[in-house]
Amino acid sequence: MKQYIDFYSEVRDTLAARSCDEMNACREAALQTFAAQGFPSPKVERYRYAKVEADFSPNYGIALTPISGQLPPYCFRIADADPRARILYNNVADASDSIVALNTLLSVDTLVVHVPQGVKVEHPIQISNILKGEHDTMVCRRILIVMDELAEADVIITDRAASQSRFLTNQVIEVVMGDGSHLSLYEIEETHLLCTRYGSVFVRQGRNSSLHHTSLTLFNGHTRNRLDVQLQGEGSEVTANGCVIADKMQRVDNNTLIDHQVPNCQSSELYKYVLDDSAIGAFAGKVLVREGAQKTVSKETNANLCATRSARMYTQPMLEIYADDVRCSHGSTVGQIDEAALFYMRQRGIDEREARLLLKAAFITEVIETIPLESLRDRLHVLVDKRLRGELSKCEGCKLCK
Amino acid sequence: MLKIENLHASINGKEILKGIDLTVRNGEVHAVMGLNGAGKSTLSNVIVGHPAYEVTEGSITFNGKDLLQLKPEERAHEGIFLSFQQPVEIPGVSMVNFMRAALNAKRKYQGLEPMPAGDFLKLMREKRGIVELDSKLTSRSVNEGFSGGEKKRNEIFQMAMLEPLLTILDETDSGLDVDALRVVAEGFNKLRTPESSAIVITHYQRLLDYLKPDVVHVLIDGRIVKTGGPELAAEIESKGFDWIIKGEIKN
Repeated sequence: MKQYIDFYSEVRDTLAARSCDEMNACREAALQTFAAQGFPSPKVERYRYAKVEADFSPNYGIALTPISGQLPPYCFRIADADPRARILYNNVADASDSIVALNTLLSVDTLVVHVPQGVKVEHPIQISNILKGEHDTMVCRRILIVMDELAEADVIITDRAASQSRFLTNQVIEVVMGDGSHLSLYEIEETHLLCTRYGSVFVRQGRNSSLHHTSLTLFNGHTRNRLDVQLQGEGSEVTANGCVIADKMQRVDNNTLIDHQVPNCQSSELYKYVLDDSAIGAFAGKVLVREGAQKTVSKETNANLCATRSARMYTQPMLEIYADDVRCSHGSTVGQIDEAALFYMRQRGIDEREARLLLKAAFITEVIETIPLESLRDRLHVLVDKRLRGELSKCEGCKLCK
Repeated sequence: MLKIENLHASINGKEILKGIDLTVRNGEVHAVMGLNGAGKSTLSNVIVGHPAYEVTEGSITFNGKDLLQLKPEERAHEGIFLSFQQPVEIPGVSMVNFMRAALNAKRKYQGLEPMPAGDFLKLMREKRGIVELDSKLTSRSVNEGFSGGEKKRNEIFQMAMLEPLLTILDETDSGLDVDALRVVAEGFNKLRTPESSAIVITHYQRLLDYLKPDVVHVLIDGRIVKTGGPELAAEIESKGFDWIIKGEIKN
């Protein structure tokens, strides 16, 4: 912890100079929160399955590079964004969380995606984060997505690593969804064993808005994803799905909170994990239905496949309901490869390795099939297949990987 | 084609097959009849190499190869096909991908290139017709949501795709109504060649009326106790197994 505070005092002035008022204004409070709490221990409910202290203890260099270059349509550096969007910075994120506080403390820039009222963005907005460098590096990334009333967009955020250094990413995404807006948000991680990722997504939804969030961890080292959604407007809907493929010593922890604050909202969650070797997976998802949030419809499912005896899965679906006219369900399963199916396939001539691979891919398929964007769905089927075959995919047409 | 000698096999330490001798020549259809628990399904599972069964004694050779040394998938490539008593549902694996993987695995074993996609789909269409399998079914996941009859027809469809030398029908007639039974049996007969053989495991005469076995075996308590021509099946249909069991005890 101390190393981060020391670092901050060293670079305080540089940071302030490279950053903007909205961000600089939040740093002191963030410092106090972080200094007071330190890294959360596993005793903190939402960090039960994470090893935060260990993940943050290596001596990383910390990148303080502002966003540069040409940005896609509707994307801005925070300094160039509409003031109405800028003021939402750090407005949705849980400022009391140490990991968020650390991000707020050390982030130098924010990518703002701002879709104005009534605009339907035709092509998906893709944000590719490529970790590159010879030295072990920590990156604090900040994204703010503002969907004005009736705006529609698909946003794809990918995490990759182009060099074999150790990387630690602390990413905070804030999303503000105006009335009647639609957002499909995809987060795809395909890094390597030396990468640690802390990803936090905070969403606030207005009336009749709908969010489709998909989190895909295809390859990683240690990953901890948090998703908090506040349904604040009646008639809003959220679908939060995820899939994880992990093997070797990989660790993936997804922690979600769907907060039904008003009546007539719907939420649906489907997370599926395929764990091989000695991988460790965790899923903790809470659906909170507050007093008065009548006619809530909510469904939460976590299904897991442990392909070996040494793979471990921790699953904790939670429902907390303070309203009496709701329809909520939750459930989780942990299973092994279906031996009957495996033999059936082998009898047809499919060798054991291939049969196992097809069964694992089949398990994940259910999540991929929920993705509304067809081109991405097709691409992901290919990526999942490659991943299970142990072939790391290269980003096609990308200069950095060539 | 298939030669089984003094085959003993057990599951979880319990001996089920207690010395089976069985020879199937090219072009022959053999029926294996017997009561529940006699070891009929064990016999078919052992031939295809189900990992739950342990062969403790004896041998199985298939076209001169020691079958017991081969993995289940290699036995399939050599031309052995089991029509499962209970075909397995595999959600998320489409029939197309499943059949393509199976067919191309066999082609690879034979040193052939994978079949071009167009040819493959054409083959699927052609073979589907043989067992009147709806195209809707082949676009679904393997056996998922299929009725009992559709699952059995799907087994014969897969047999048509893979063109095995030896087909084992394990109680293919169970759970089939008369019409479905006819479609399955006629489909099977259409697929027979002068070289291909079959072992038909059944309780009943009904399926055998269609398949016309050359040889009928009666399996009791892990042994083949009686072997005869088609008339033996008819005799069992009218008299049951008791007279054979009693004769066996006397001996």
